[in-house]
This record gives sequence, structure tokens and C-alpha cells, in this order.
Amino acid sequence: MDISESVLNYFLIPAVKAVVVVILVATAAGILTYIERRTLAFLQVRKGPNRVGPQGVFQWVADVVKLLMKEDVVPAKAQHFIHFLAPVLVMVPGMAVFAVLPWGPEFTMRIPGLGKITTAWYAADLNVSLLLVLAITSIGVYGIILGGWASNSKYALLGGLRSAAQLISYEVPMGFAVVSAILMARSLSLVEIVEAQRTHHMWFILPGLVSFLLYFVSGVAETNRIPFDLPEAESELVAGFHTEYSGFRWAIFFLTEYANMITISAVATALFFGGWLRPFPSVKALAFLDLIPPILWFVLKVAAFLFVYIWFRGTFPRYRFDQLMALGWKTLIPISLGNVVLVALAALGGMRGLRILGTVLWVVAAGAFLVVTRLRTAKPPTAPLVPVPVGARKAEA
Amino acid sequence: MSEIVGTVGAVEDSGDTMLGLREMELNFGPQHPSTHGVLRIVLKVDGERIVSARPDIGYLHRGTEKLFETETYPMVIPHTDRLDYVAAATNNHAYVLVVEKLLGLEIPKRAQYIRVVLDEMQRVSSHLLWLATAAIDLGAITPFFYTFREREVILDLFEDYCGARLTLNCMRVGGLEEELTPGWIEKLRAFTEDLGSKVDEYEELLTENRIWKQRTIGVGILTTDRCIAWGVTGPPLRASGLAWDVRRALPYECYPELDFEIPTRKNADTYDRYLVRIAEMRQSRRILLQGCDWLAANPTGEIRGKVPRVIKPPAGDAYASVESPKGELGFYLVSNGGNKPYRLRVRPPSFINLQALPEMAQGHMVSDLVAIIGTIDIVLGEVDR
Repeated sequence: MDISESVLNYFLIPAVKAVVVVILVATAAGILTYIERRTLAFLQVRKGPNRVGPQGVFQWVADVVKLLMKEDVVPAKAQHFIHFLAPVLVMVPGMAVFAVLPWGPEFTMRIPGLGKITTAWYAADLNVSLLLVLAITSIGVYGIILGGWASNSKYALLGGLRSAAQLISYEVPMGFAVVSAILMARSLSLVEIVEAQRTHHMWFILPGLVSFLLYFVSGVAETNRIPFDLPEAESELVAGFHTEYSGFRWAIFFLTEYANMITISAVATALFFGGWLRPFPSVKALAFLDLIPPILWFVLKVAAFLFVYIWFRGTFPRYRFDQLMALGWKTLIPISLGNVVLVALAALGGMRGLRILGTVLWVVAAGAFLVVTRLRTAKPPTAPLVPVPVGARKAEA
Repeated sequence: MSEIVGTVGAVEDSGDTMLGLREMELNFGPQHPSTHGVLRIVLKVDGERIVSARPDIGYLHRGTEKLFETETYPMVIPHTDRLDYVAAATNNHAYVLVVEKLLGLEIPKRAQYIRVVLDEMQRVSSHLLWLATAAIDLGAITPFFYTFREREVILDLFEDYCGARLTLNCMRVGGLEEELTPGWIEKLRAFTEDLGSKVDEYEELLTENRIWKQRTIGVGILTTDRCIAWGVTGPPLRASGLAWDVRRALPYECYPELDFEIPTRKNADTYDRYLVRIAEMRQSRRILLQGCDWLAANPTGEIRGKVPRVIKPPAGDAYASVESPKGELGFYLVSNGGNKPYRLRVRPPSFINLQALPEMAQGHMVSDLVAIIGTIDIVLGEVDR
């Protein structure tokens, strides 16, 4: 044992983890683009990429290679340095945030020559990791705004303007949704929040139903995805803020969008869906579910959220800019404020309070769902049209 | 058009508004994902709000009307395919109608029914294409693939009938060139019977979708008065409440014998135009079923009237129009008795409907402009000719 404990714990393991995380993020984002295309194809009665490798699984590799080799065009009157800086500003926070995502609990493994090592499925467990997530992800906005501005293109400028307003507005309800999770767990550490869901004997989705919905809707807006993809609305702004980007700089914007989707899904999993915990973590009868390792639980939950993202894209039209702002400021923010108060009061009552809140919320939600579906089926799909069977000339006369 | 200057992409100040705010001039097109061809719109925007929108057309001008004058009457037909190139059958139809009118020809019943069936197939396929692009303009990407699935069947049927899928060249002065291929009617009937449930599918995706309604209700209102003032016809006119449809108002072919309704709506906005077009697809389905029945009951018969070997209409002029998917498509023919048209003027619904764009777009946001272009349903081949 030549290597001392401190070198191992403070340098070697973190270094290995950092490299692994960066590689995994880039790969996961790439694979996600393939999964998205196949899922969309499934929704849209077509086949999707199926030529590169078995079932086209290497399509994303081919795409990345193609983008790497493409000419990198910079508009003549662009601000060259800022144009170069923007993708970096988007990518670095998108990658950095993965350091604190809790993919799984601590585990011990034996490495020949080093002995027993105890480490965990996350790069770092900060006591303020949730704040770090919020802080770092917000930096990405600058990249989008600067990229839109530095391109010297009107469409890119409009895209940058839109994202500036949109991303900043939706940070607010997202922040409040996160606050309610903090109130429930009484910790800012993502790992402790997951563990708190074990000690509370429930996932925080029970008392945090509203918080979760707010978080996820804001998350979709934060990642510029349909129905909130206004900054890059193809049919309106050509490609929005990245209109003037090509080659690998464009690929960086593109891949970071997917990395951000994974981040949002992973944080939602950790905050509201028990992270790596199996369903009903305290019910002994379900112990057989532990056969699935914790890391797999986490990945499965994240995958479910990512599917919802893709499903949204296949289903919804796009909001208009003013409607998007109205939704953010007039609907989501008031609801999130009320929700924080509600959760805070429940959290005062400790575990019992949270349980009562959870029961009430889910009963109300189920009731509302039943009523709405009943109304939907009772109403004819469209108002009847006015039939005019005779010649219009006669009708006019 | 020469006063339109401005470099694409460069940010520059273009004067002040009344409020002293800066306006930006934005070149929307001619290369743009949502202009449905090479339409250029010069926008003055205040932030994202449109102060003025000026369509600049002519990028696809091919001098078709002049070209008509150099071709003999039968040779004109393929050129009409290329006006509204997603609805060639109705173009052919309007042209042959005007020549027949001047010649005073009688068209055999069977030819009339086949023409009507082709027209209505074309109407459905054009509306399917419209629905696909209008939805994709508003960010709903999925309807595109569903509508193209059905459009493909129609195009296959066209190919089966006349060998072409888009530029059909399927009608002749006095009737038709081709008899239906064996089994064609059965294939058409199978598709048509299915069509109702397919239209239900599109409606399920969009009609009650909250975002779709928010994006379309109250957007691009064009009232009946303004429609008449601009000469706007077709679904935009009917969505404003006036049941004007050439098939009923100025009946041609066998339409008086067919049972169908003219769908209208009252609010004259994008949502109502959407509903009217959806309803028109259902009405076209009714017509197609009746056409299939008649053609199945009368499997043989003349498909071409008594046409002189060389078509030389007497000197004079005539106007005939059909209800194309976009509106009233008319041809005005002046003949000097020769074998070529002296002058052949097209009344293109896309061009005339497009005139209303600045009025419809004013005060809306850039996102709405996309919805409005989509809802007018233009084809630049017809606008520019």
C-alpha cells in the first residue's frame, strides 16, 4: 500500500469519477438523441434511424463524427470571441452539474493492489448540492443569450431575447418547487434528500405532487423543449439562437440540451421519486424489488421522465411567447408560492403533517381527474357546423 | 418591388415609431421554413409584435400565362398542373371547363363523375398537406406523418389512374384521356371508407388541444366584409360565415346531383378555418362515396365527348371557375379563333387570398404570422405563376 489514504480519497477517486462522469454524460446525451428519434418515429408511424449498426443504434456516433468534420462557419460580422465563448458557456455548466447528481448510494468494492474502497455512485455529496444545481444551470442561459447576440443575425437575436425572458421567468417557479422539497427533507444535499425519503417511509411525490408538476413543467421550459421551445422555434425563428452556428459548435448546443434534460429528470427523481430507492422503501413485503440494484432504479426513473419529454414533443404544439410568459407569471408562480406555504405548514407537523397533505392532494387530484374525464366524454368533440345545403346565391338573396 | 432594400441578417435601425421605440426590419423568407415556398415577407417588428407585413412575391414567376399563348389548346394542360402543384386535378379541370364553354361541348356523364372524383381526391390530398404544414408551423410535428400516410394512398391512386402523382395532366378538352384501371374504384372506396376515422385521428390530436386552441382562436380574423373586399374565397370565406362554394353557387359537372353540405363557421379566425377544412374533408368523403357508387353502377360508357380534331374555339371570350381546395380557381379565355389562346388569364385563389395577409397579420406576433401564412394555405406556384 504505497498510495496513502488521502491521495486515494481526495485525488485519485475524484479524478477517475470526473473523467467517467464527463464521458458518460456525453455518451448518454448522444444515445438520448437516438432514443428520441426512435421514440418519435414510433409515435409517428415511421421507422426512424435504422441503418447505422443494429437497429441504427450507432446513428448518433455517425452524426457526431459528421458534425465534427463539418466546416465551422462564423458569420462575417459576428463577435468572434463571444461567438466562440457561447457554446462553451452552455456546455460547461451542463456537464458540471452532473458532479452532484446522486445516481446511487455508497458501495464498497475491492480493487487488486488497492484493497477495499468505499465510494459512491456520485462524484460529490455537497451539503448545498441543490443550490449548486440551481446556480450552475442558470449560467447556461448566458451562453444562449450571448450566442444569439454575437451571431449578428436578427433571428438569432430574437431567439436570444426569447430565451432570456423565458429561462429567467421559469427559474422562479422551479426554485419554489425545489424549496418545497427542501422543506420536506430539511436538507440541501441531494443525497440526504433521497435518504430522507427512506426515513419518512414515502417518496416526496405524495406530499409534493404540486411541487413536482411545477418542477417538471418549468424543467421542460428550462431545457427549451416543446411545447416551450420558443428560443429555437424552427418554423418561426429558423433555428433561434443557434441559427448561425454550424458544425461542432452547433452540436455542443444540441448535446447540452439533451444533457440538461437528463439533469432535470435526475433532479426530479432525487427530489420527488425517491432517487435510487425502490418503491415503498419501508415495506418489507416488497423486499424482492431490491434484486434490482439501486443505480438501476435511478436510471429507470430518469428514463421514464425522458420518455415523457419525448412524448410531449410528439404531442404538443408550441406556445406563443406572450402565452408562455402569462403561463409562467400568472399561473405557475402564484401556484408555486401557495404550494410553498402549504408544504411549509405540513412540514411543521413533521411526518404526520406531510402524510395528511399527501393524502389530501392525491384525493383531490383523483377527484379532479374523474370529473374532467367525465366532462370530456359528455361533451361532443366540436360544435356542429352550420350546414347550408342549397346554393349560396339563394341564401344571399 | 424595387424599393425593398435591406440586407439579410444584418441588424440595423430603421427609424422610430410614434412612441420613439426602435423598430426592426425582418426579412421573413424567401428562404424560411414556414413560408411554404419562396415567399418573402418584409416585416417591421416592434419587439415581436408586427407593425407591418409586406409580402414580396415573384420568386417563382415563370411567365406561365404568357407561355399559354404560345401553346395549342391541348398543350396548355400540363402547364396548368404546375400552378397549384399540390392540386393539379382542379387546375386541369378549370382550364378544360373554360375551353369547353367556348366550344359549347357536351361532356359524357361518366367523364363528369370521374372528374368530380379526381377533384375531390385532390381536395382531400391538398387539405391533408395543408393540415400537415399548418400543424408543423405551430410546433405540432406529429400530424404531418399521419396526414402524409393518407395522402400517399391518394397519390398512389392517381399514379394508378394516370401514371403521375403530382402533375397529373389527367383531363382533356371534352372529357378524359384514360379509362379507370380495373379495381381502381374498389381501392378508392376502401380508402374513402377509412378516411372518416383517419380524420377523427387528426382531430383527436388537435381540435381540443388547449395549446392548439390558444394558438389559433382569435388569430388572423378576416370578416366576411373584408373577405369580399379582398376577393378572398375558399375556406377563409366560409369560415367567416358565408356559404360561398362554386360547386353550389355556379354549379358545374354533376355536382347538382350530389348530396353534400357546405361547412361554414362564424368566427373567421384560424381555428375556424381549421375546422372548416376538416369538415370539408368529411364532405369530400361523402362525395367520393357517391361517386364510387355511380361509377360502380355505370362501369362502361363514353369518357370523351365529340371533340374536333384540332381545337379551335370560335372568337370570343369565356370565364369558367371551379372550387379548388384553396378557393375559386377561374380561367378567363380570350380566343381569336386560332388554335392557340389569344390570352388566358388565371384567377389564382392563393394569390388573391394572400393579399389579405398584411391586414390579418398586423398587430399580431411573429409566431402568429406563421399561423396566418399556414391558414391562408398558399402555394407559391399559383401565386407567382
